[in-house]
Amino acid sequence: MLNREELKKIIGSLEPDATFSEGTQLLEVTVPAEKLYALAEKLKSDSRTTFDYMINHTAIDFVKNFTVVYHLESTEMRHLVVLKSILEDKDNAKVDSLSALYPAVEYFEREVFDLFGIQYNNHPYLKRFFMEDGAGFPLRKDYRDEVNIIER
Amino acid sequence: MSEEIIKDVIIGENEEYIVNMGPQHPSTHGVLRLEVCLKGETVKYLIPHIGYIHRGIEKMTEALTYPQIIHLTDRMDYLSAHINNEAVCLVVEDAMQIEVPERVKYIRTILDELNRLASHQLWWSAFGMDLGALTTFFYGLRDREYILDIFEESFGSRLLHSFVMPGGLMHDIHPNFQKRTKEFITYFRKKLPEYDQLLTGNVIFHNRSKGIGYMSKETAIGYGVTGPSGRGSGFSCDIRKIAPYGAYDKVQFNEILETEGDTFARYQVRMREMWESLNIIEQLIDNIPEGDYTAKMKPIIKLPAGEYFRRVETARGELAVYVVSDGNKSPYRMRFRTPNFSNLFVMNEIAKGCKIADLIAISGSLDLVIPDIDR
Repeated sequence: MLNREELKKIIGSLEPDATFSEGTQLLEVTVPAEKLYALAEKLKSDSRTTFDYMINHTAIDFVKNFTVVYHLESTEMRHLVVLKSILEDKDNAKVDSLSALYPAVEYFEREVFDLFGIQYNNHPYLKRFFMEDGAGFPLRKDYRDEVNIIER
Repeated sequence: MSEEIIKDVIIGENEEYIVNMGPQHPSTHGVLRLEVCLKGETVKYLIPHIGYIHRGIEKMTEALTYPQIIHLTDRMDYLSAHINNEAVCLVVEDAMQIEVPERVKYIRTILDELNRLASHQLWWSAFGMDLGALTTFFYGLRDREYILDIFEESFGSRLLHSFVMPGGLMHDIHPNFQKRTKEFITYFRKKLPEYDQLLTGNVIFHNRSKGIGYMSKETAIGYGVTGPSGRGSGFSCDIRKIAPYGAYDKVQFNEILETEGDTFARYQVRMREMWESLNIIEQLIDNIPEGDYTAKMKPIIKLPAGEYFRRVETARGELAVYVVSDGNKSPYRMRFRTPNFSNLFVMNEIAKGCKIADLIAISGSLDLVIPDIDR
């Protein structure tokens, strides 16, 4: 198990554009959206990190932008990292799919597409998931349900 | 039968056709639709369609306070309701840096394991029934009643008991709790060998489960299959060992691993886990320390701005709670990574090429709870 500083050093050398957040519970790495796939690929194949297990993928609507979040773990070494990417263009949010690296992420990405409307490049089957005939993207902060209005 | 119909039937043997299993199929244990492409009786591929019980729990949390959210988590995986409650409580306690009393940790761990036992008992009952052994249902539910009665006496409800609260418990345990739990352990230690006699050694059961639905370790890790299903493939993923919470660091127990990766291995993991759960409860039940049942909490819970991530081991695998807080009394975004979600989607991978009857065995061995997938 590598500690936070060692991981930081390795990830910094793999991807010079990566920035790290201070004072967080887990190590958080933010990379530009176009470099996300390349970094994830390196993190998975590098024998020092071996991040082979994708625990969780989701997105957050920060009104100004979308942030996609990936929680990765190494099953051998048991260290965790949080990969993040900020998508500034909300109307045309797009990020590369990681489904070639982690089969599980395919379905997490479909869920994010269904609930946030974020598009994934190279996704094998990007269709609506929970709401096959749904309209709108409910987890966006500006979503209003016209039929069942519950305003607080 | 007219000649045309006979022709159709014969052609059906050689051509691919699609059968929709569900959303009301009895063997899916909930509203799940499997679009299965068959050639004769062999599965070519399958596509799970979910969302029939999607309630938007993640959206609802954005308008609720943390103590209110606890009650929603019950409704995800209703068979490990207590463990789901605990996950949210652990996140809140982490964020507010509250040290819960030792008594609370012990009681929570005992309840976790009782809940796991009740869940595995129901799984065993239903799994046997999936494969045509009706008696398992009577055996399993008979013993599960004991646990539910203990729950009812202590928390007032049998299934969805939001007994855990941020900082501790809703109230103290019932005076009878320890006595009845010990009675149950003695009782169930005698009954558990009966389960093995009835099903584990049965030749028909072996033929239906051995070598069926093989999942390699790489597949399990890649698809994120956790819990007993993942451990049946040798994927060491027990959060109780990796990141102990509650009183798990104070007890001796083994992580159950099987390496065969088939339906029977997943079955064996759960059977052995029941023995392990009994051991854990036995180590704790007599040593519950005296003290308060809750830490001192502020009346309104507000998490400091930031991101929090916490994982627990439910009866079906790894539940991770990810909270983004902006300092208000309700979360800015709350995400539940539920175990069944990942466990379901490995089905296409492991069910390819098997017979449609084996599909029932595979879905039974993955122990799916559908509301946990849809949330």
